[in-house]
Amino acid sequence: MSENVTLPEQQGSSDGVRERRELLSVEGMAMHFPIYGGFPFKRQVGAVKAVDGIDLSVYEGESLGLVGESGCGKSTTGRMMTRLLEPTGGKITYRGQDITHAGRRQLAPIRSEIQMIFQDPYSSLNPRQTVGTIIKSPMEVNGVNPSGGRENRVRELLELVGLNPEHYNRFPHEFSGGQRQRIGVARALALQPKLIVADEPVSALDVSIQAQVVNLLQKVQREMGIAFVFIAHDLAIVRHFSERVAVMYLGKVVEVADRDSLYNRPRHPYTHALLSAVPEADVDSASKERIRLEGDVPSPVNPPSGCRFRTRCWKAQDKCATDEPPLVQISGNREGHLTACHFPEDPTTEKTGADIVLDPALAQLEKTADTE
Amino acid sequence: MPEQKPWDETTGSGAISGAGAGGAMDLAVDEGTTLEKTPGGPEGTGPAGKPRSLWSDAWRDLRRNPVFIVSGLIILFLVVISIWPSLIADQDPLNCDLAKAQEGSRPGHPFGFDGQGCDVYTRTVYGARTSVAVGVLSTLGVSLLGGVLGGLAGFFGGGWDAVLSRITDIFFGIPVVLGGLVFLSVVASSTVWPVIGFIVLLGWPQIARIARGSVITVKQNDYVQAARALGASNSRMMLRHIAPNAIAPVIVVATIALGTFISLEATLSYLGVGLKPPAVSWGIDISAASQYVRNAPHMLLWPAGALAVTVLAFIMLGDAVRDALDPKLR
Repeated sequence: MSENVTLPEQQGSSDGVRERRELLSVEGMAMHFPIYGGFPFKRQVGAVKAVDGIDLSVYEGESLGLVGESGCGKSTTGRMMTRLLEPTGGKITYRGQDITHAGRRQLAPIRSEIQMIFQDPYSSLNPRQTVGTIIKSPMEVNGVNPSGGRENRVRELLELVGLNPEHYNRFPHEFSGGQRQRIGVARALALQPKLIVADEPVSALDVSIQAQVVNLLQKVQREMGIAFVFIAHDLAIVRHFSERVAVMYLGKVVEVADRDSLYNRPRHPYTHALLSAVPEADVDSASKERIRLEGDVPSPVNPPSGCRFRTRCWKAQDKCATDEPPLVQISGNREGHLTACHFPEDPTTEKTGADIVLDPALAQLEKTADTE
Repeated sequence: MPEQKPWDETTGSGAISGAGAGGAMDLAVDEGTTLEKTPGGPEGTGPAGKPRSLWSDAWRDLRRNPVFIVSGLIILFLVVISIWPSLIADQDPLNCDLAKAQEGSRPGHPFGFDGQGCDVYTRTVYGARTSVAVGVLSTLGVSLLGGVLGGLAGFFGGGWDAVLSRITDIFFGIPVVLGGLVFLSVVASSTVWPVIGFIVLLGWPQIARIARGSVITVKQNDYVQAARALGASNSRMMLRHIAPNAIAPVIVVATIALGTFISLEATLSYLGVGLKPPAVSWGIDISAASQYVRNAPHMLLWPAGALAVTVLAFIMLGDAVRDALDPKLR
């Protein structure tokens, strides 16, 4: 399946904005978690295809958003990029070096350049260690001795993320969720990484705190030139944060584009549906299309043939069941805007006549509400 | 909120335009200098801002817990007299006079004499040494063996885990008393070591299971993943991150098990396969006294009472420690 997907090089070519070097790229990366069953001897009876052949590139200093609904494989993708998980297929290249199956020693120099920020600020900090120890440990593990000493560096980092350096000796449980997430950011920054994979870094936080943490991450990204893979299901935050956005559905990337193209000129029906679900508070703006999808996401154990979205797509035809659409730049797309669809939608988010309602129960409800 | 497009890129500088209460904080973040003040600061720190860990929290809880104080004092007393029994008993437990057999209490011999004419008080005091030695040493052995094996199985999983889990199942299937009768009847030593060895051999699977489960729970925490993402070695992950967080349930179970090990030693000695005379043990004394319980109940009551109080003290201590270490269980 990886052959019929556009190669990442095409994204970078002849585009002034993206003259940057490729930092990390994945080709056909897949993660199939085995399912064991049977009696008396357990054997593999299937696999959860959490990620099933995706191609993505992260360029130096850029911020790539990764969106999709729960269970689409976003987090698994992020954990493979940091090599916390070993992919079952495909290839991960970091600065030209194949790290797909690299061992601990081989990964050691790369570990310090790729860091991760976790979703849950409560389970991501060791409750038995002080903040100072937590932030210092990356330097200890990698034998880094900054000028001025590690403790000074920790204080600098605490100040950088907006915490009081005097809180060096406190324990994580003494901090609020937002503050704990800042500690996680400081830990990720301790080694001056080139790439940070942020796995839903603000989903577990209060809305008012989300803004602070996103601003902090953005400041870090811009001032320190760190590339970010920003995993989220909140489209508004991704739009605020990411220059380029990839949309995932059921273990596949269905659309990749720069921010403006994706949010204003989406082509894949799933992207349309996703964007139409973003609540709009501005009553004066032109009304957007409304798409409500029918049914649930199919099981990743046994995904649909051909296009994975076809079971819920209003444009699906026979071809969608047989041919898997490649992720390519389809006609009408700007440079670098790749879509995996045989029958793409018009590149607009404006309302196009009737609402598309794919859920019969919902349609029935609205009908009765109208007649009353 | 009036401005409901906080994420719009048109806000330029990256600052999120004053979304209600968050506005002031956003500025602080953007300037990167203003620090969060006390209201948003860490809560629950002492007046001096001293750091608090789970252990110091637990200690603070324990100090106020009457169950802990009572059981702790009893255990402290037991430990002291088992190290220096002559502090409170000035006679020799093996100095017996058959002429005084089964006699009741008299001045200088408050608990009376047993069937061999030995002083019950002295034997009860000296018996503490065996019980405490067996309890403490076998608990140490069980915790080390079970903790290490179970912890490694939980950490590495896979084949070793499966093998270890089956082995623990097999050991759980061995009836303790029957196993003791078979195993210890072939050993002809009157020291405590065969008994300790047998208890460790049969007791480690219980701790191994607890340790394995605890390690598996802790292993899934993101901070362990974070350590791995930093390139930390397995030993660093185990010692720095997993062991300190997984050890609490092991300590709790081990403390409670200590009491049961003491009663197991008494049971085995009672059956004649644990410690053997001339060793001094509550189990031996209970066994000898049980034939004469109608004529001379004091011979049975004192060692049996000491045993019951000791076991109870350790189990109460274990309960108190569990409450302190795992407040969720309360």
